[in-house]
Amino acid sequence: MDLFSFVKPKNELESSPDKVNKPFIPEEMWVKCPKCNALLLTTDMEENLHVCTHCDHHFRLSAKQRLELLADRSSFVEHDADLTSSNILDFPGYDKKLEKARQNANESVTCGECTMGGIKTVICVMDPDFMMGSMGTVTGEKITRAFEYATAHALPIVVCTVSGGARMQEGILSLMQMAKTSGAVKRHSDAGLLYITILTDPTTGGVTASFAMEGDIILAEPNTLVAFAGPRVIEQTMRQKLPKDFQTSEFVLQKGFIDAVVPRSALKSTVVKLLKMHGCGGER
Amino acid sequence: MAMTPYEKVMAARDSKKLTAVDYIAHIFGESFVELHGDRRFSDDHAIVGGIGMLYDMPITVIGIEKGRNTKERMDRNFGQAHPEGYRKALRLMKQAEKFRRPVLCLVDTSGAYPGIGAEERGQGLAIAENLMEMMTLKTPVLSILIGEGGSGGALALAVADEVWMFENSVYSVISPEGCASILWKDSSKAPQAAAALKMTAQDLFELQVIERIIRQPKAEDAAMFESLKLLVARTFEKNLALTTEELLDNRYNRFRKIGTKHLDK
Repeated sequence: MDLFSFVKPKNELESSPDKVNKPFIPEEMWVKCPKCNALLLTTDMEENLHVCTHCDHHFRLSAKQRLELLADRSSFVEHDADLTSSNILDFPGYDKKLEKARQNANESVTCGECTMGGIKTVICVMDPDFMMGSMGTVTGEKITRAFEYATAHALPIVVCTVSGGARMQEGILSLMQMAKTSGAVKRHSDAGLLYITILTDPTTGGVTASFAMEGDIILAEPNTLVAFAGPRVIEQTMRQKLPKDFQTSEFVLQKGFIDAVVPRSALKSTVVKLLKMHGCGGER
Repeated sequence: MAMTPYEKVMAARDSKKLTAVDYIAHIFGESFVELHGDRRFSDDHAIVGGIGMLYDMPITVIGIEKGRNTKERMDRNFGQAHPEGYRKALRLMKQAEKFRRPVLCLVDTSGAYPGIGAEERGQGLAIAENLMEMMTLKTPVLSILIGEGGSGGALALAVADEVWMFENSVYSVISPEGCASILWKDSSKAPQAAAALKMTAQDLFELQVIERIIRQPKAEDAAMFESLKLLVARTFEKNLALTTEELLDNRYNRFRKIGTKHLDK
């Protein structure tokens, strides 16, 4: 509670800017928390691992930011960076969407290897800035290759999911990625190797119904949407009113489908502990 | 005249066409013994499963059943399975594996049920587990799309050594109506979406996602059912002759290569 009493005066100050004589600060230095509407100093928010200092809302991270959070400094080596999505079905408007997505991120997933707490691991990080991490052929291919690499080199793998689901512009080929990735996960699992999933907001659809739910250990950030059918789909198609906090990570934890909800500040240390306890990094 | 993709969607959904229980009756006749329940939660009526004889070969058959009239459709939840349905299917597949019985899956669903209970009981996990377990199920698996193949809910019964489709069946990542309303905010553009999604049997054959297009047997056409039975039996015999390692490698590589020819362009 100490932290709270520390930040509260600042937020009161921010939410009533007219009342106080505060120095001029340009707009880009502020960010508004989408959950509690508090105005946060961008630098404060970033220092706090992109978590709201007022309500603990976890802002979405790009793949790059998440790798900075999890991988040991300059340990990350990217794999398959040359694989890029293309309009394989000639789907109307998809070329433009891809072009736009590429202004934000390279691909929907970044894969490679790194060390975490000095322990070598394969890592895949999905990117909300690329078509909300939707699963296209390249997404599935990169994740499959990462699992195959981890299996061949007897390495653990950590996958951070964020996805709106399948990428409909790639039609059935997108759907097939669910089977393909699941097959690669199974082979890695059958080889006795550790797979840790980190669910981040939002993890839905075809990703939930494949590799996101296939981890030996499934962690999630607080207040993450974890769903197969998203809340809008259920409300629209079934006209059912949804219970409060439905499909949050806390909800699916309570229902028994994930192992733990872990705040961002403890994410890396938790994963490192788990890696160590599975004899990863030769500390068997 | 050739049907448009959307007309094929309509044909695949036609309530008068044969459903999974019809095919089971035609293929397995009196030999079929239905087996119920997931041993976890309940018996999902959207999934029908059991054991039947195909000539002299015992087969585990699992179908998604939409129901043939209003009463049946309500009971079958319109062929939209809950997690317990997929878990029932997996239980029967594991049972088949134990006794080295081939597994025949008949797929006909608009999708896994999107509802509160389904989410609470882990719809995503149930599908994911089927995908993983089917990939290494140590017995031959054959899936036939007999109508609608709706997304993950269909794929959960279609990780197989071969996947066949009836000529007027469809298989897609999303319904054309859903696709049109998300992309173009207009569900009346479903016909355009159906074409763009490439969801007909002919499209999927061209994309090398399925092995065979099957002529749709009519109820009264005993000869067509006989040739379908023969084709299924031969496929199982061929795969039963493989070592487990060959069987599973083939299955893995079948899915591994889908879509990859587009990657190095």
